[in-house]
Amino acid sequence: MTQSNERKLTIARSMAEALAQEMRRDEKVFVMGEDLAALGGVYGNTRGLADEFGTDRIRDTPISETAFIGAAVGAAMDGMRPVVELMFVDFFGVCFDAIYNLMAKNIYFSGGSVKVPMVLMTSTGGGYSDAGQHSQCVYGTFAHLPGMKVVAPSNAYDAKGLMTAAIRDDSPVVYMYHKGLQGMGWLGTEEGAIVHTPEEDYTVPIGKAAIARKGTDVTIVSLGIGVHHALRAAETLAEGGVEAEVVDLRSLVPLDRDTIRESVAKTGRLIVVDEDYSSYGVAAEVIATVVENEITNLKAPPKRVAYPDVPIPFARVMEQFCLPNAQKIVAAYKELQTA
Amino acid sequence: MSPSRDELLWMYENMVTSRRFEEAIAKIYFEGKTPVFNMANGTIPGEMHLSDGQEPVAVGVCAHLKEEDIVTATHRPHHQAIAKGVDLKRMAAEIFGKKTGLSGGRGGHMHIFDPDVNFACSGIIGQGMGPAAGAALSRVLQKKPGVAVAFIGEGAVNQGAFHETMNLAAVWKLPFICVIEDNAWGISVSKRESTAVERNDVRAAAYGVPGHYIEGNDPYKIYDIAGEAIARARAGEGPTLIEVETYRLAGHFMGDAEGYRPEGEKDGLFEADPIPKMRARLIADGDATEAALDEIETKSQARVDEAIAFARESDDPAPEDALTSVFA
Repeated sequence: MTQSNERKLTIARSMAEALAQEMRRDEKVFVMGEDLAALGGVYGNTRGLADEFGTDRIRDTPISETAFIGAAVGAAMDGMRPVVELMFVDFFGVCFDAIYNLMAKNIYFSGGSVKVPMVLMTSTGGGYSDAGQHSQCVYGTFAHLPGMKVVAPSNAYDAKGLMTAAIRDDSPVVYMYHKGLQGMGWLGTEEGAIVHTPEEDYTVPIGKAAIARKGTDVTIVSLGIGVHHALRAAETLAEGGVEAEVVDLRSLVPLDRDTIRESVAKTGRLIVVDEDYSSYGVAAEVIATVVENEITNLKAPPKRVAYPDVPIPFARVMEQFCLPNAQKIVAAYKELQTA
Repeated sequence: MSPSRDELLWMYENMVTSRRFEEAIAKIYFEGKTPVFNMANGTIPGEMHLSDGQEPVAVGVCAHLKEEDIVTATHRPHHQAIAKGVDLKRMAAEIFGKKTGLSGGRGGHMHIFDPDVNFACSGIIGQGMGPAAGAALSRVLQKKPGVAVAFIGEGAVNQGAFHETMNLAAVWKLPFICVIEDNAWGISVSKRESTAVERNDVRAAAYGVPGHYIEGNDPYKIYDIAGEAIARARAGEGPTLIEVETYRLAGHFMGDAEGYRPEGEKDGLFEADPIPKMRARLIADGDATEAALDEIETKSQARVDEAIAFARESDDPAPEDALTSVFA
């Protein structure tokens, strides 16, 4: 859809714009992490910001995730609104205590007497042969543990609005952006993520899914890059007269279960597309959300198109074999028809 | 730096309050746990880590702190909480798991939070370090006064969080002090068996910050060194690392049979109990009379009795309250 005042941004630029606007609006907002100041972030999320805000507020850290994420928790409890970057979500292994035992539990363990208004932004996803310590999504791992809101935008409009909402939230928000959607060129570019993004500040509510495409025959639920696979699959299916509805979750915590259920109630068929490992994950949660509520409106058993339960391999052919894509979604729909 | 007479009496009073409080907790802890000890039973269920013997560290440091200053504490937090001015009644109620507790029973004794006096805990070894440094950074960025003290045990220096945070605090020159309570034991493994250096103050060299080791569990010496470190932090001169030799008179947790302690080790410890020692010195130095100290002890006991009674009389939380306060 073309708009008269169209201003297309990449997700990286829209994240940087949200950070800049919030930092202008509220001096308690600051950003810290690795390679954010001079480099502007490995994924461009803070590009140009150190020039405007200085290196106190766009703060490079030592390679010490336990210390600086723990420090963000302490700063947030002391009234600041830190945004910290965990460069690759895969690195959570070195600092998870600060995340799930401190960031996620201090509000609860204080009985609500402290707030932890911080954002943990972190890159997810593969597809570019970086192997299994730099390509994971682990959405389910974060969404499973209570006390953290979790968002994952699929386009620049949502990326900006969710970042603004996350910064203004008094609870910790894990902001998981997919490397393949950043529009960085060198990581590949998903054109569908580069959309009209208003210049003024705005929020996208955390916990509200979006209908990325309306349809009547099958519901395809996904998040992040999976939404673009789903949209492409929907185009292919439309050629055969099948109208797929694509639900972009946008938030994993809270999960918009109503939107999922309403869509499936209408279509009677469900496919979940998830780049995280298949078992015990987002796909299973979405399916459970539907079937534990109502099964009589299902015309076929739900399907998941997710990453197989193996570490992510390096070799291109092996990795591409494992990743979800539009063809696999179309194939899943055909299996639903024969089920 | 020497404590004034008022500060000495404050230190003594808080040591006594902490000891009396923990004596009361220890007694109540076994209610409902005899003849068979089951941690899940009784008036106070769960693990219980007491700090008796370690009170000098808490008071020697906190004598220099104001309400606005920040303390992060450990899984053994009562003495530090009391010295920082945490609400004793609501802390007692939290330890009992009552509705009136600091977090309405959600945290228990390892998760004491009192934002009114900037006190927080983590039950995970070494993990108070990052939040304390972050609170110190917050004050620098906001140009607001305040220093942050992370109390940790000597076992925590072998955690990555210690190294990462000491380096971070040093490189950013934060108003941060790490105080190591060296009680010589990480549960059942001695410092000698677990730690490559005899004294952890030498590690300060790795971060280019001053390091001090204080022997003898002596509140006067602790006051002196902590005072220098805190003044230094307030002046913007950066962090300090302090290790204090102290003693854990009780086990790691209530019910710990302490079979790992060499025979006779605790005899020496009880002779070195810092509270009677300080009492004797206060009198010998002419800082207090017997009568004045008796009065302090009576007052402390009354405060403790009131807090314990408050906890006992408070209602349990509604079970379904478990589902609230997950988010702000």
